[in-house]
Amino acid sequence: MILAGCDGDRAWRLQDYVARGGYSALKKIIAEKVSQDAIIAELKTSVLRGRGGAGFPTGLKWSFMPRSFPGEKYLACNSDEGEPGTFKDRDILRYNPHSVIEGMTIAAYAMGAARGYNYIHGEIFDVYLRFEEALAEAREAGLLGQNVLGSEFSFELFAHHGYGAYICGEETALLESIEGKKGQPRFKPPFPASYGLYGKPTTINNTETFASVPFIMNMGGETFLELGKPNNGGMKLFSVSGHVNRPGNYEVPLGTPFAEVLEMAGGMRGGRKLKAVIPGGSSSPVIPASVMMDCTMDYDSISKAGSMLGSGAVIVMDETTCMVKALERLSYFYFEESCGQCTPCREGTGWLYRVVHRIENGLGRPDDLELLNSVTANIMGRTICALGDAAAMPVQSFVKHFGSEFEYHIENKKCLVPPEVQRAGSQIYVSPSC
Amino acid sequence: MLSQESLHQIDREIAKYPSDQKQSAVMAALRIAQIEKGWLPKDLIEFVANYLEMAPIAAFEVASFYNMYDLEPVGRHKITVCTNLPCALSGGVHAADYVKQKLGIDFNETTADGKFTLKEGECMGACGDAPVLLVNNHQMCSWMTTEKIDLMLADLDKK
Amino acid sequence: MLEIEIDGKQIQVNDGSTVMDAAAAAGTYIPHFCYHKKLSIAANCRMCLVQVEKAPKPLPACATPVTNGMKVWTHSELAVKAQKGVMEFLLINHPLDCPICDQGGECQLQDLAVGYGASGSRYQEEKRVVFNKNLGSLVATDMTRCIHCTRCVRFTTEIAGEMELGQAFRGEFAEIMPFIEKTVDSELSGNIIDLCPVGALTSKPFRFAARTWELSRRRTVSPHDALGSNLIVQTKHDVVKRVLPFENEEINECWLSDKDRFSYEALNSDERLSAPMIKQGGEWQRVDWQSALEFVATGLRGIAKDHGGASIGMLASPHSTLEELYLLQKLARGLESQNVDFRLRQVDFRADGKRAGAPWLGMPIAGVKDLNRLLVIGSFLRKDAPLLAQRVRQAAKKGLQVSAIGPNAEDWLLPVKHRALVAPSSMVATLAQVLAALVAEKGLEPSPALAGKLPEHIEDEARAIALSLASGRQVAVWLGNLAVQHGRGSELQTLAQEIARLTGGSFGFIGEAANSVGGYLAGAIPGADGLNAAAMIEQARKAYVVMGAEPAFDFANPSATTAAMQTAQLVVGLTAFDSASLRGVADVMLPIAPFSETSGTYVNCEGRAQSFVAVARPQGETRPAWKVLRVLGNLLALDGFSQSDSEAVRDEILSADFASQLNNGVEGVVVSIATASSAALERVTDVPIHFSDPLVRRAEALQKTRDAAAPSARISPATMEALGVAAGDRVRVAQGAATAELIVQADPGLAAGCVRIAAAHVSTSKLGGMSGDLSVERV
Ligand SMILES: Cc1cc2nc3c(=O)[nH]c(=O)nc-3n(C[C@H](O)[C@H](O)[C@H](O)COP(=O)(O)O)c2cc1C
Ligand code: SF4
Ligand code: FES
Repeated sequence: MILAGCDGDRAWRLQDYVARGGYSALKKIIAEKVSQDAIIAELKTSVLRGRGGAGFPTGLKWSFMPRSFPGEKYLACNSDEGEPGTFKDRDILRYNPHSVIEGMTIAAYAMGAARGYNYIHGEIFDVYLRFEEALAEAREAGLLGQNVLGSEFSFELFAHHGYGAYICGEETALLESIEGKKGQPRFKPPFPASYGLYGKPTTINNTETFASVPFIMNMGGETFLELGKPNNGGMKLFSVSGHVNRPGNYEVPLGTPFAEVLEMAGGMRGGRKLKAVIPGGSSSPVIPASVMMDCTMDYDSISKAGSMLGSGAVIVMDETTCMVKALERLSYFYFEESCGQCTPCREGTGWLYRVVHRIENGLGRPDDLELLNSVTANIMGRTICALGDAAAMPVQSFVKHFGSEFEYHIENKKCLVPPEVQRAGSQIYVSPSC
Repeated sequence: MLSQESLHQIDREIAKYPSDQKQSAVMAALRIAQIEKGWLPKDLIEFVANYLEMAPIAAFEVASFYNMYDLEPVGRHKITVCTNLPCALSGGVHAADYVKQKLGIDFNETTADGKFTLKEGECMGACGDAPVLLVNNHQMCSWMTTEKIDLMLADLDKK
Repeated sequence: MLEIEIDGKQIQVNDGSTVMDAAAAAGTYIPHFCYHKKLSIAANCRMCLVQVEKAPKPLPACATPVTNGMKVWTHSELAVKAQKGVMEFLLINHPLDCPICDQGGECQLQDLAVGYGASGSRYQEEKRVVFNKNLGSLVATDMTRCIHCTRCVRFTTEIAGEMELGQAFRGEFAEIMPFIEKTVDSELSGNIIDLCPVGALTSKPFRFAARTWELSRRRTVSPHDALGSNLIVQTKHDVVKRVLPFENEEINECWLSDKDRFSYEALNSDERLSAPMIKQGGEWQRVDWQSALEFVATGLRGIAKDHGGASIGMLASPHSTLEELYLLQKLARGLESQNVDFRLRQVDFRADGKRAGAPWLGMPIAGVKDLNRLLVIGSFLRKDAPLLAQRVRQAAKKGLQVSAIGPNAEDWLLPVKHRALVAPSSMVATLAQVLAALVAEKGLEPSPALAGKLPEHIEDEARAIALSLASGRQVAVWLGNLAVQHGRGSELQTLAQEIARLTGGSFGFIGEAANSVGGYLAGAIPGADGLNAAAMIEQARKAYVVMGAEPAFDFANPSATTAAMQTAQLVVGLTAFDSASLRGVADVMLPIAPFSETSGTYVNCEGRAQSFVAVARPQGETRPAWKVLRVLGNLLALDGFSQSDSEAVRDEILSADFASQLNNGVEGVVVSIATASSAALERVTDVPIHFSDPLVRRAEALQKTRDAAAPSARISPATMEALGVAAGDRVRVAQGAATAELIVQADPGLAAGCVRIAAAHVSTSKLGGMSGDLSVERV
């Protein structure tokens, strides 16, 4: 859907997008003066759930924006994509930026927002530049800016470039960052819908969420819903990385069996055995192979398996993976990326990392697993934002599902998977199709 | 302290935000300043703060919060390798080791000739392209086999 | 109103309350670090987690809004488990060496750790170490102890008005710091010491001077600015070791200015005068009290007899207590002199005899929060009355529109909506224009005395100020020190009164010193045929009694004051310090007690009388001045000097309804709107915050702050260019025959044609009056 037909160097250009049917949804809305309520109702029917991680129903979120609020309202697009394993928004912005612009413009229309910002992940500067160019094209064509398509409706959209802070993917940290501050999340309530950017009502959605909007408007909410399965409407991009033959983005209907997605990604590298999958970005709990093979890729199925669909980042690990080492690297990430604002996260992430690091380096102690469980319990649910939970969940799930591997480490002061096997498994790997 | 061109770029960034929200442009302004000067010495941060009419410490908070700002001088080329788990599974760490060995430096070090600085990076949102590394913050290099790393380093060496 | 149940206790709270507010109302303590009632909510320490009915996880009480019917448990198993978990996190990187920490014994973390901490730490990894920061001469740092509550950061930003501290870096590497190599220069900086719940920020002058349990504490009142901030003075063996705020919501709230907090160092200075001294044959000699007092009594009696009582002048510092001022004027009058005054820096006394009562702020200090329009005339508001400025800052955030008229526009760290930046000589005319604009634009009727005199031409700023005031609901007009000390201060007062009347607002004086109101109530002003402070200097007296003031620093015209006193037969100095400036003119110096060693009363700008007792025994031979004056009265056989204690003196002065004596009304001052424009440069004088009285001038740490930097010649860039001088040039400033050499400093916040030169410093004490013409030439 979003990435379908986006081949060739010029796919991102306005002309190509229009040729693919782009901006027809916006044009129709403007021409037919479709009501704000009708748009939101259509979205609710589609059961589009936020693609940024939390899976919150988008139509419902949009309905929270105060309609009669005097003065400015804002829209923010979350393209900060820093969750390890996730790389879908980059491709959307690279190959189909106008779908995001159109989606945001429709959103602005539906919520009466006059200004929007797309917050783009720091490390993808070329994508930021391209998005700026796409914005210029849209403005030039009268699709953005004052009096969109000659109507009464105006919407200004700008790109804001991040500069290296995972936490800015958290929606209120993102707002702080746009305000020119360090990205420290705000305590909620108040929620952005009442107190957002510059203190004004604001709606934040993920890039893929916005990019889905024009398609829903064109095909109708019902059709979109039916693409997926009940309560899990539409298509979803899955970023498959790790030990597969063809890492990359795969856009499939929600509810597609995991095995099929794995197949699309070329299957397990070197024909090795699947050990575990992190199904929704590094923050989601890891799932052992046997459980994972029975899952379908949608919010409900993954949730039932004890994890989260999250951002749809599927990290595939085969039998050459040392689970302690894998967790050590993830724990380091959360330790490094904690904003430092609230106590449990600031102090706890470092503690977790140091303990896992110690175990990995043969200095583990018998009661370390119990300690890890207790420290994660003290972080979970006690922080300002969900980064605390995001740091705790991998630890809890790795210890839960692969406890014996940790115990082996502590007792024998070495990995269960021999180092040379690990090394072979994690060789520089470039898919033949690249 | 900054060239006309840089100031012009900063002004363009300021224009993206409501007129009473100049501070919103601080991230862009620091980026532009860093591109011109190579890194962000104290005076430069203070200059940017004054330009945007914000407290210098508020600008420093920003400069020290986001990873891609350099508060200390770096080599002519800064190479950042992603070693986060998804990349590591496809050779991110091996690629980093290879660069280390080629340049004879470790992470957070600069070669004696001042040409290269090596950094360890966090997820760049390009895990499907592993190994990935970032040159001078803005140029992403994907699928970096040892051969491609050789070519890249040779190319940068000439610049 | 909302209903909430806390630990089974039902209470009602206002809409918009948080669970923390509700708990406070219910008298329930919830542990916390980052929460502070005067600061914005950060919710970052997570210590205040409580259990809330139907909430799946514990919620921070400080940030959770009360909803109707909410049920909260602050000590349930879930809550306590969460609180203990947070405490464990806080302690993992915090040093556990309370015995060597300066905060030990008064540390919130230590206190709570006793209740919520475990006995041993499960954290066995490396602890974080953070480098200390140099925040200046007042605040010491031990940053490894910081728990990142960010109270200090929020204080500088929200209360002090300028973000001087921040939390740089992130995660575990976060550090509280000022901008690289900067110090914290706010005049309110000491409050971050109180706010810091741990030993990360402590008092530099107090550092390791005592442990908290060794200190005795007493309440008293600050002797400095016109607010009369409430203090807790801590002493060890009768030596003042530290000063902290005593919370008084109506005056200083929970804050203190640095001057209030750190001036105590002067109490222990080497310059304290330890015994009475008499100059004989040009040599100073220590004498006993008996001899000294007899010498003074004999001298005064002799001069009164030979030259008449009117040949004696008595001058007192407005920082003196009510009782001291009262007994001094009584002494003067007993000697048949009407020459007594405490308004040492004032020059225009035309309002004397035309006043309806004692001038004051005209409103309660706490009333600032209700104002929506304020005009400040001739004031260095932020440095003259830091906590009043702080209140204006908070009110401005809630919509108070502030306007200002005067020659200086230094940053008050609050939005000033309209400002007329005019030279001192134009202030009367500008104020008249504001009045004219009110009359013209709003069709208001001026008083007959002013009716025919209003200017026709109205500058834009004056009109804008008038319109702002006219649109107000709660208006106040304040005259600052510069206005009071202005050569035409009584005309400014008359016009301000009229503006306030026409806008239905209040009008008053910010006040220069702790007893600027009390001095009037004590009657320490000249009688009908007496000489005021300025006249006593112009018409040199045969004898002077000077109480608590130094000729070179505390008078409108230091060089003239020194000269006049040098010609006198007898100069008696009542002083806490062995002052070089007094030594130069005096014949006797009597060691009197500073505020900490005496009982007394200050009446602050809002007309509140605050009595206090001594917090320490007088040092050496020092005696409370009220006792010294009483003995002098007795030695001179005067009536009415038999009070047994200072309370008895106070009760003689203050009737129960003394508030009725507070009245800013003035009638009969002739206002002339003509501007005496001269081509010369005009002097603008400020009395810097840390030079303003003998005590603060000797407070060592304060003297090392940026606010105590040696005066420069501050000139606006345009005027600098016209004069052909550049910043950093050394210039000779001439005021009449007097000269001083100063360095030029560019000051964009100064009216054109003016040179701003601070008073009360040796480098400028040779100059003349606080206003007047100047010339500047490069040397
Ligand atoms: C630590 C953290 C990081 C996050 N990172 C991202 C991100 O990179 N991209 C994103 O879209 N949402 C991210 N989120 C989720 C956002 O806070 C927010 O829920 C989302 O942008 C809402 O958009 P949606 O409803 O369209 O999903 C993150 C949340 C947390 C707590
Ligand atoms: S220094 Fe003190 S007040 Fe400031 S954040 Fe740290 S603990 Fe809090
Ligand atoms: S970073 Fe969000 S709570 Fe710590």
